[in-house]
Amino acid sequence: MKTTMTVNGEARTLDLDPRTTLLDALREHLQLTGSKKGCDHGQCGACTVLVGGVRINSCLSLAVMHDGDEITTIEGIGTEAALHPMQVAFLDQDAFQCGYCTPGQICSAVGMLKEAADNWPSQATDDLTGAISLTDAEIRERMSGNICRCSAYPQILAAIRDVAGDAA
Amino acid sequence: MRPFTYERAADALSAVKAVASTPGAKFLAGGTNLLDLMKLDIERPTHLVDVGRLPLAGIEAADGGVRLGGAATNSQVAADATVRALYPVLVQAIVSGGSGQLRNKATVGGNLLQRTRCAYFYDTTKPCNKRQPGSGCGALEGLNRNSAIFGASDHCIATHPSDMAVAMAALGASVETLSPDGSSRTLAVQDLHRLPGDTPQIETDLAPGELITAVILPPPPKGGQAYAKVRDRASYAGGLASVAVAGGQVAFGAVAHKAWRAEKTEAALAAGASPAEAVEAELASARANGRNAFKIDVIRRLTVATLAEQGRGA
Repeated sequence: MKTTMTVNGEARTLDLDPRTTLLDALREHLQLTGSKKGCDHGQCGACTVLVGGVRINSCLSLAVMHDGDEITTIEGIGTEAALHPMQVAFLDQDAFQCGYCTPGQICSAVGMLKEAADNWPSQATDDLTGAISLTDAEIRERMSGNICRCSAYPQILAAIRDVAGDAA
Repeated sequence: MRPFTYERAADALSAVKAVASTPGAKFLAGGTNLLDLMKLDIERPTHLVDVGRLPLAGIEAADGGVRLGGAATNSQVAADATVRALYPVLVQAIVSGGSGQLRNKATVGGNLLQRTRCAYFYDTTKPCNKRQPGSGCGALEGLNRNSAIFGASDHCIATHPSDMAVAMAALGASVETLSPDGSSRTLAVQDLHRLPGDTPQIETDLAPGELITAVILPPPPKGGQAYAKVRDRASYAGGLASVAVAGGQVAFGAVAHKAWRAEKTEAALAAGASPAEAVEAELASARANGRNAFKIDVIRRLTVATLAEQGRGA
């Protein structure tokens, strides 16, 4: 089935079996292996990518559902020559050990900061009608869809805090 | 995953006609539950009709309440300013379910139609009357820690996993549907799902091809709202029990085959009973199967605590 997506700014047309997940299309058909397959069931977050700037689990979406969509993977977040501030912060804070969850963590963190800037509530939000204050509790709650088996959570929080700035 | 064909629906009516006329067809919206179950060979559709791009994602004021489009994402509903101002119990319920990534995909209609998380439903090597009618229920005398305590049967003790539906039941929300003949109807959220009886594989009163196009939230009842959920970890975990309160309306989650409107508790509260007395009125009909007996105590304490929380917020 013909599917055209804009992936990291470039239009890509693929002829896919409808069963192909977005994650498999990225990894197996476009050789963008930064997005990782962890659980393949939406429980670990290693496959997180941005679709139209919004973070999703690419393992729980069919590629054919994304005809016409703009996809951003870790390869499109930054380059070795020009790292994204979130990538710099993860390096500065040593926010990983094995690194397998890191592309998903970084894509998720970028999407999460946009959600918070747009004043989307979370379970850690006390005042649903006020402006979001991005406390540590808020960041932890909003990142709970990304599992780190090495348990680098304190450093991941510190890296995201570097980019987000102090809580309002 | 088994082979299937895929089409993106041009409009809602052609979507319902396509599903109604194609054996083995299912609607696809966010896909977060359906695709997971297809990978596990539990759901086996032969054709998917994608309704995720239909213009059914609007959130608009309607008759003092709010109309939520069936394809609105959980995140869009929780972020909506009017919903947050009028229905905090719904926002709290939604953001306590899933993860940020899942809520960005999962839709209003899909959340209501998600399947149980019962371990026997998920394990294709075990009996499950819901997955394979007539095969038995492994949970009855098995791993039933998260099974139902209200309205279950000897055929099935599975629970409905939605948080969102619990708040909608407490708010007295209704579901608007489109049928293949072009007609539309509304039914109360608590009437959408059935109790298991001897046909646990039939989970809703929707006809084949009938599509949830919207959920209608009536004007909020007078009085405070609150939602509380107990689970095994602090975030991103299904509930063991939850309680939604909106005015004098109370619903329980993760304890029945559907969001459980606690009408006996409501009647007792209206008659002047204390929260502790009112919850006992409902618990008189609770039945446990062994490992889920603790849920009775959880509901007892959580209801009293949630009503107290509501009192502070009112």
